[in-house]
Amino acid sequence: MTRGQKRAVMRIAAALFLCLTAVLTGAEGPLRLALYVAAYLTVGADVIWSALRNILRGELFDEEFLMALATVGAFIIGEYPEAAGVMLFYQVGELFEGLAVGRSRRSIAALMDIRPDYATVWRDGREIRIDPEEVELGERFIVLPGERIPLDGIIVEGNTAIDSSFLTGEGMPEDKLTGDRVVSGTINLTGRICVQAESVYRESTVARILELTENAAGRKAQTESFITRFARVYTPCVVVGAVLLAVLPPLLLRWDWSDSIYRSLVFLMVSCPCALVVSVPMSFFGGLGGASRQGVLIKGANYLETLARVDGIVFDKTGTLTRGTFRVREVITAEGSDPSQLLGLAAAAERNSNHPVAKAICEAAAGDVQTASDVKEYAGLGMEAVIDGEKYYVGNAALMERAGVGLQTGSPDGTTVHVSRGSEYLGHIVVADELKPEAAEAVEALRKLGVKRIAMLTGDCEAAARNAAGQAGIEEYHAGLLPGQKVEAVEEMLNMGCRLAFVGDGINDAPVLSRADVGIAMGALGSDAAIEAADVVLMDDSLQRLPQAIQTARHTMRIVRQNIVFALGVKAAILVLGAMGAVGLWAAAIGDVGVMVLAVLNAMRALKPPTGK
Amino acid sequence: MRKVFRMENLCCANCAAKMERRIRKLPGVVDASVDFFHQKMILEADEAAFAELREPVMQAVRRLEPDCRVLMDD
Repeated sequence: MTRGQKRAVMRIAAALFLCLTAVLTGAEGPLRLALYVAAYLTVGADVIWSALRNILRGELFDEEFLMALATVGAFIIGEYPEAAGVMLFYQVGELFEGLAVGRSRRSIAALMDIRPDYATVWRDGREIRIDPEEVELGERFIVLPGERIPLDGIIVEGNTAIDSSFLTGEGMPEDKLTGDRVVSGTINLTGRICVQAESVYRESTVARILELTENAAGRKAQTESFITRFARVYTPCVVVGAVLLAVLPPLLLRWDWSDSIYRSLVFLMVSCPCALVVSVPMSFFGGLGGASRQGVLIKGANYLETLARVDGIVFDKTGTLTRGTFRVREVITAEGSDPSQLLGLAAAAERNSNHPVAKAICEAAAGDVQTASDVKEYAGLGMEAVIDGEKYYVGNAALMERAGVGLQTGSPDGTTVHVSRGSEYLGHIVVADELKPEAAEAVEALRKLGVKRIAMLTGDCEAAARNAAGQAGIEEYHAGLLPGQKVEAVEEMLNMGCRLAFVGDGINDAPVLSRADVGIAMGALGSDAAIEAADVVLMDDSLQRLPQAIQTARHTMRIVRQNIVFALGVKAAILVLGAMGAVGLWAAAIGDVGVMVLAVLNAMRALKPPTGK
Repeated sequence: MRKVFRMENLCCANCAAKMERRIRKLPGVVDASVDFFHQKMILEADEAAFAELREPVMQAVRRLEPDCRVLMDD
């Protein structure tokens, strides 16, 4: 509780005491009025004061002003207990609201706060704690178990396990050994490590993520802007309604003046749009916070809103649906040779090549590699090498032709590497990019969520595209696209009225990411490009995060809608019943504060996204 | 140029929305948003204009919430 809130509690208690005295002693006449006025002023003096101040400044329709007007009006028509009681209740409500909003705000903010407080470094022969911003590039710092890693770096001493669930939503701790890279913002779990800083704080992962979440406030959802616009006209409208209700019925219908004024005071009680103005952005704030706990960073409430309504998703193939690394899928040998021997021969020739295909072959061959000499690389074709005194060729069909080997058919879905001893064909190895294991399941989950159109774009050849799309369960694919053509393909779908998300790795597809309604980049932990380019950033590279993100967005939007309907519904009910004389000032005050508190509590649910299924 | 300022005792979301509208209208301000949840103000203006904006911004804030302060000094 802040000092102001403690003061409010004291004042409320004092006013309550005065009111009770008036009721219990059955005081009458001037004494009764005096007791209620005293209670009223004790609890509401600051409201009256700021109301007066606001009038002088020309700020009508201010919450305090309306409250003062309503209660002073009640005094004038002789409703002393209600005037004092309503002011008392208003202050209780304010206090409650301040506490609820403040607590919710802080707990969400705390969840999203991944800022490291300090870094422990060696300076002047001593271990000291300094601000992470003061750590220099290349400087070594120490992280104890339980501490947050302040900067990105390489472990130079010690082994440990790292909890990166704050960033990725992935709960499994990850083992990190000396020489491994650690990311700032993650938590060191088990061992003391010494890390060499690879970046300064401003350029570290944690600083970039924080910057992103801070800027989210500037990007408001349509619903939010609608609510603020609505709030601006709501209060004046209700006040005008109150004036009309006070004046017209007595003149036209010969109602009793004090009765119609009393009813108009009910209007003033519910004239503040606060419940809406707080609860809608708070729901979004909670939704963004909840999503970031799952490793989904959404750059603004507007993107969360769009994500909830996405009905078309376009995937990039390489690195998004697939792992983006090549693996040996098949080894097909000509008669009489052994697959592992073939791999070993190929690996021997490819050993020093940096080509991704060569790396995949060497990885698959593992230890069974023979030694090669006189290795020659033919760019775009393959390798020639001498192993055990014999000449071998390892490469594509064109190389085989050159070596005088009869042309062989390769596999349609992947890159084929042929191997020959001199002109004798030995067999071929099929190397292909592998689909992520969860791809098909994620695509299925997206369909279940009602995403109508799912497509895949790739620069790869038709055969590779057909294969990957088939395995992932995607029917629509476009192969052989240049980057510019990817943009065109996305534009065509946008023109067909899809609300489109594009999912890529953020490295080569920035134009497409920005063209789609929502650009989603995957595997962003450690990739600055992706964080910059996308609207939604999935911190790790599991496709499962995608349906999760959409569910979280929808969950948030449901809460937003509930709050709008609930708050407006209760206000409308109070207005109607108040005009009919069925609801008094008390009920209006309780209704107004109750809506507010319930809406804030409901907004907090956005923080806990629905899990899994 | 954009700058982020911390705010203290900003305790009403509606007031924050009002502040935001007023600060946006101040001459020299390109864009402004008052973030109730992070208790921060993001102000976009010409680098040279920040010094001059200090007073009117503070005034707009105080007018709506007398206890609220913007830490514009660092």
